[in-house]
Amino acid sequence: MQLKQLSIFVENKAGRLAEITEALAKANVDIRAISVADTSDFGILRVIVDKPNEAVTALRENGFTVSLTDVIAVGIDDKPGAFAYAVRTLADNSIAIEYMYAFISRDKGKAYIIIRADDGEAAIKALESGGSAILNPQEIYDM
Amino acid sequence: MSYFNIAIECASQDVLREIQSERLRDIVKRNYENVPLYRQKLDELGIKPEDIKTIDDIVKLPFTYKQDLRDTYPFGLMAVPREDLVRIHASSGTTGKQTVVAYTQNDIDVWSECAARSIVGAGGSKDDFVHVSYGYGLFTGGLGLHYGAECLGATAIPVSSGNTDRQIQIMQDYGSDILCCTPSYAMYIGETVREKGIDPTTLKVRAGIFGAEPWTQEMRREIEKSLAIKAYDIYGLSEIAGPGVASECEEQDGMHINEDYFYPEIIDPDTGERLPDGEFGELVFTCIGKEALPLIRYRTRDICSITHEKCKCGRTLARMSKTRGRTDDMLIIRGINVFPSQIESVLLELGMDPNYQIIVDRKNNLDTLEVQVEINEKIFSDTIRSLEEVEQKIAAALQSTLSIAARVRLLEPKSIERSMGKAKRVIDKRAQ
Repeated sequence: MQLKQLSIFVENKAGRLAEITEALAKANVDIRAISVADTSDFGILRVIVDKPNEAVTALRENGFTVSLTDVIAVGIDDKPGAFAYAVRTLADNSIAIEYMYAFISRDKGKAYIIIRADDGEAAIKALESGGSAILNPQEIYDM
Repeated sequence: MSYFNIAIECASQDVLREIQSERLRDIVKRNYENVPLYRQKLDELGIKPEDIKTIDDIVKLPFTYKQDLRDTYPFGLMAVPREDLVRIHASSGTTGKQTVVAYTQNDIDVWSECAARSIVGAGGSKDDFVHVSYGYGLFTGGLGLHYGAECLGATAIPVSSGNTDRQIQIMQDYGSDILCCTPSYAMYIGETVREKGIDPTTLKVRAGIFGAEPWTQEMRREIEKSLAIKAYDIYGLSEIAGPGVASECEEQDGMHINEDYFYPEIIDPDTGERLPDGEFGELVFTCIGKEALPLIRYRTRDICSITHEKCKCGRTLARMSKTRGRTDDMLIIRGINVFPSQIESVLLELGMDPNYQIIVDRKNNLDTLEVQVEINEKIFSDTIRSLEEVEQKIAAALQSTLSIAARVRLLEPKSIERSMGKAKRVIDKRAQ
């Protein structure tokens, strides 16, 4: 199952990131993972949080353009070759990755990758048959 | 000092008034008989063509607005049958609708003579190569100067705009004597000449006739220095004829109006009252010498002043100052008319909200257009690629509507300052 990631449009100007994260803090939203993609004019801030729906409401109330995007969370061992193995599985199944980012777990020896694939359900199937652990959304939200 | 038509250009006020009065009577009669809109306008004011006896009676006549041309698009204001037309031109208008103008052979001859007077005013003669780098097409710039050069008996080189390296090559190889283009393009050619390490004094070109967009004295000095020429201002608009309605002589002290064909008035744009010489107001023209489209008191929306003082060059034709802005929101970018409402309709069609700002600037001596528009959730998507596609789609639609390239920039919602009154849509940094 895919989990909900917040995607927020951010103009490249000083202070915007602070304003977004402050709005999340005020709504008592906890951030699990964060990543930014940017061009010279604007960026897209991608955030995994514990309460995606509350976060969207809070951001919209503050005037931000935000959407929820389905992404996959994959749990891998924190050791050489584990990440390569997971993305090789996707490549061998001709599944394209639109973007991804990774973070390390509080539990020692585990890492997580967040993947946005062109075909999310096919990606899950491929990863599972390759032996990778797909995380249940609630596991990430409650982390 | 030489003139193209000394009998007119140096005529006494009495002679000019006689010509103007006769021609005004003629066009009022022809408009009344052939153009339903003018018959209606005159009837509403209770004026008959017989009431117009001298040029002073012109103040009794109604104004013509750009909207009248749009309402009767494309040929509703023509005072001659379609078969008498020999040429069509058009300028861009709001919401994509153009303003169409048409010419009889006599109208082309009149316009060509005016453009020929302009070339002579800039020191040109029949021995010169006239290098025309205005665009050729529906825009009047290219063909206007081209026919002017031929009417004078000079040699027209129809290079049209663009391909700056080739422009310079032709100037060098053919020995162009007079360059005609927009002032911003002249600046760009001058800069390219310098970058190529060419000494401008080795170029034969000695004068430039530049118009179709407003420019400053500072730009004149820069162009004159970078190309080692004298730079002359020319004024025109397609509704009246095209370039050559007015232009500078060697004194460079105001543009002589060819008032035997285009009768000028300066009015208060709010009250419509005529203003005396020297006062700034809206320029209004009556096309007293034209057949196909003899517009009466056409509101140009350009702000300038007029003087009837005799010029040191010997010409008696009235002179207009450089234009000082407009009464409407039209922008002139690289010689092309752009209305903010055109940009707005493109954005709305593509699902954007009407929250936008237009930034006009001049970089490397070329006008630039940037359209900033606030994003909304309908078009927002999660990947950079799809947002860049949105920008490209808007840019392509703007290019197709405006005929000039625009840079598009997406902004966050509410980032453009909201105004309580008229929204500040345009930031023109060229004027700052």
